[in-house]
Amino acid sequence: MGGYSISDLWSILVMQGFSGLSLFSVLLLMALGLAIIFGQMGVINMAHGEFMTIGAYTIYMFSKVTEQYFPGLMPYYFVFAIFAAFGIAFAVGYLVEFLLIRHLYKRPLDTLLATWGLSLIMQQIFRTVFGAREVSATLPDWLMGSWKPTPDIDIPLNGLFVMAISIVVTAVVVLFLYRSTWGLKVRATTQNRVMAGSVGINTRKIDRVTFAVGCGIAGIAGATFTTIASTGPTSGSLYIVDTFLVVVFGGAGSVIGTVASAFSIAQAQSILTFFLTNAMGKVVTLMTIIIILMIRPEGLFRSKVRK
Amino acid sequence: MNAFYTRWLGGKKGAIELAVLAVFILVVMPLWLDIFRLNLVGKYLTYAFAAVGLVMVWGYGGILSLGQGVFFGIGGYCMAMFLKLEASDPVSTVHQTTPGIPDFMDWNQITHLPLLWEPFHSLTFSLIAVILVPVLLAYIISTAMFKRRVGGVYFSIITQAICAILTILVVGQQGLTGGINGITDLKTIHGWNINTDSAKYILYFVNGALLLCVIMLCRFILSSKFGRLLLAMRDKEDRVRFSGYDVANFKIFTFSVGAAISAIGGAMFTLQVGFMSPSLIGIVPSIEMVIYAAIGGRMSLIGAVYGTLLVNYGRSAFSESFPSLWLFLMGSLFIGVVMFFPNGLAGLYDVYLKKWVEMLAMKVKKIVVPGKLNSVKTEL
Repeated sequence: MGGYSISDLWSILVMQGFSGLSLFSVLLLMALGLAIIFGQMGVINMAHGEFMTIGAYTIYMFSKVTEQYFPGLMPYYFVFAIFAAFGIAFAVGYLVEFLLIRHLYKRPLDTLLATWGLSLIMQQIFRTVFGAREVSATLPDWLMGSWKPTPDIDIPLNGLFVMAISIVVTAVVVLFLYRSTWGLKVRATTQNRVMAGSVGINTRKIDRVTFAVGCGIAGIAGATFTTIASTGPTSGSLYIVDTFLVVVFGGAGSVIGTVASAFSIAQAQSILTFFLTNAMGKVVTLMTIIIILMIRPEGLFRSKVRK
Repeated sequence: MNAFYTRWLGGKKGAIELAVLAVFILVVMPLWLDIFRLNLVGKYLTYAFAAVGLVMVWGYGGILSLGQGVFFGIGGYCMAMFLKLEASDPVSTVHQTTPGIPDFMDWNQITHLPLLWEPFHSLTFSLIAVILVPVLLAYIISTAMFKRRVGGVYFSIITQAICAILTILVVGQQGLTGGINGITDLKTIHGWNINTDSAKYILYFVNGALLLCVIMLCRFILSSKFGRLLLAMRDKEDRVRFSGYDVANFKIFTFSVGAAISAIGGAMFTLQVGFMSPSLIGIVPSIEMVIYAAIGGRMSLIGAVYGTLLVNYGRSAFSESFPSLWLFLMGSLFIGVVMFFPNGLAGLYDVYLKKWVEMLAMKVKKIVVPGKLNSVKTEL
């Protein structure tokens, strides 16, 4: 890394670190949904990326409709669109659980294949409806621009916004999982479905809502994704491997672990990308994760041995 | 001879199935199709190697590997590296800045052959590498995972990540691997041109025969005590472990065998199709190999071949006329086979067709051997 002075290096570190934070936010939101679906329920949802894409396309549609018919509302549409992204992804997730997932709880490896098939179908639907080309939503003005604490450092506002959303969503999820009756029921159901049923918890309903909530969070991830990149039919599938690694690396079922691993993976990738090439940064990150997982298969935050 | 009959061929039923497949691949197809289509079938049959490997690893071993494309790809690349070196002799590459190295290296300003490529001047080394490199990789991965009792879903996800890593690596190291285009313009193997029609015929038959041999080898492995242990492990791993077996070693062996089988397919792919590229390593082709095995029936070695042919035939038929419909169909295949036919084509055959086939066989027997008529009747 010759040729960089100390202050240059510092600026690079801060800026790359910050672009890593944007990646972290998207990864975290994706992984949170998956940590609930995979970590808690044991369902391998390969279509998780497509639920993210649903959220992203929702924002796109909202921005187009607002731009066309209610230009005065442009500054505010984004907030409503995020809720809509959650709602639509939630509804689709609810339907998918009802039609597909609930028949496969006893065969986790088969959920992998079935949801992969689902992801192919969803991608083709996106392609048919929105076209194969990438689209981007028109963002409200207050998301554009950047914040410059020093002349060398340039931090985009949309990144800050994305981070704020992911922090809020994480807090809400933690609160719901560990401080609400619903969370208690979810944890009871996932720990022992039969016992939970025998004490009067409607496990089928819990499963369905839990799966749908996980998908809904992926929808929010998609909403934030639109602020940093453009959306195509296969945008979500690019993240699916990373997301699974985040969940596995963090220790399935542990929210703190998910946060920590999303952070370290995103930061490593972002900073390595600057010094190596884009591809090599990713390779080194993924390799490191796999090697760590070989040494410590239970992930960062879990002490139990896996089956 | 008797042991060969029962163990390699799988008894009378297995022998008939194998004979039908052999006739189908080696006689019906070449007579029916022109060389272009036959070459295409040959390409599909190389995928069938991976599917057969998956039947071993997934159907019998219960290890769902989403990284079969990695081994397929490495096998293919080992073969392609040899062919490429032979195709880029100093005479035919004289117009390059550095003659005697593959063209894509020249384009990437590389001036001498990388050390990694050196040994691939030798055909013997390349053929050994086709098997050995994937097996070694499979051994390392599976030892690290299974010895620490990581299995099931986690193993699947890690193999998928390895797929992603290898694809990025191959695409990223353009000077070393040819990047996204892969290794193309392959011409001869030891001076024998692989692009002529006659060579394509020969390669097709070699490929078909190899596939049948691999199926027989798998039958042999599965008919041993090892095969029974494998099934026991798949269903109740702990009990096998408590009985005193080292479960991890069996799994490592199975996974490595599956890798070797896929690698043979990869090498045959390179020979028949004439190139190798990262598009065959990635996550998508690897998971498609799983669906070939699933459609054929995850417990049926022969079914895997039919499954591969069927899916690929469907793909070429549909993507020519309705490209957008194909993904819908492929997706529905995934869902349908998991939800409604977990045993795939082989399962359908067992439930619906088998009794008719057996009745037909009985009738044929009656006609051919009328003397045995009475004994059949008394049996019935």
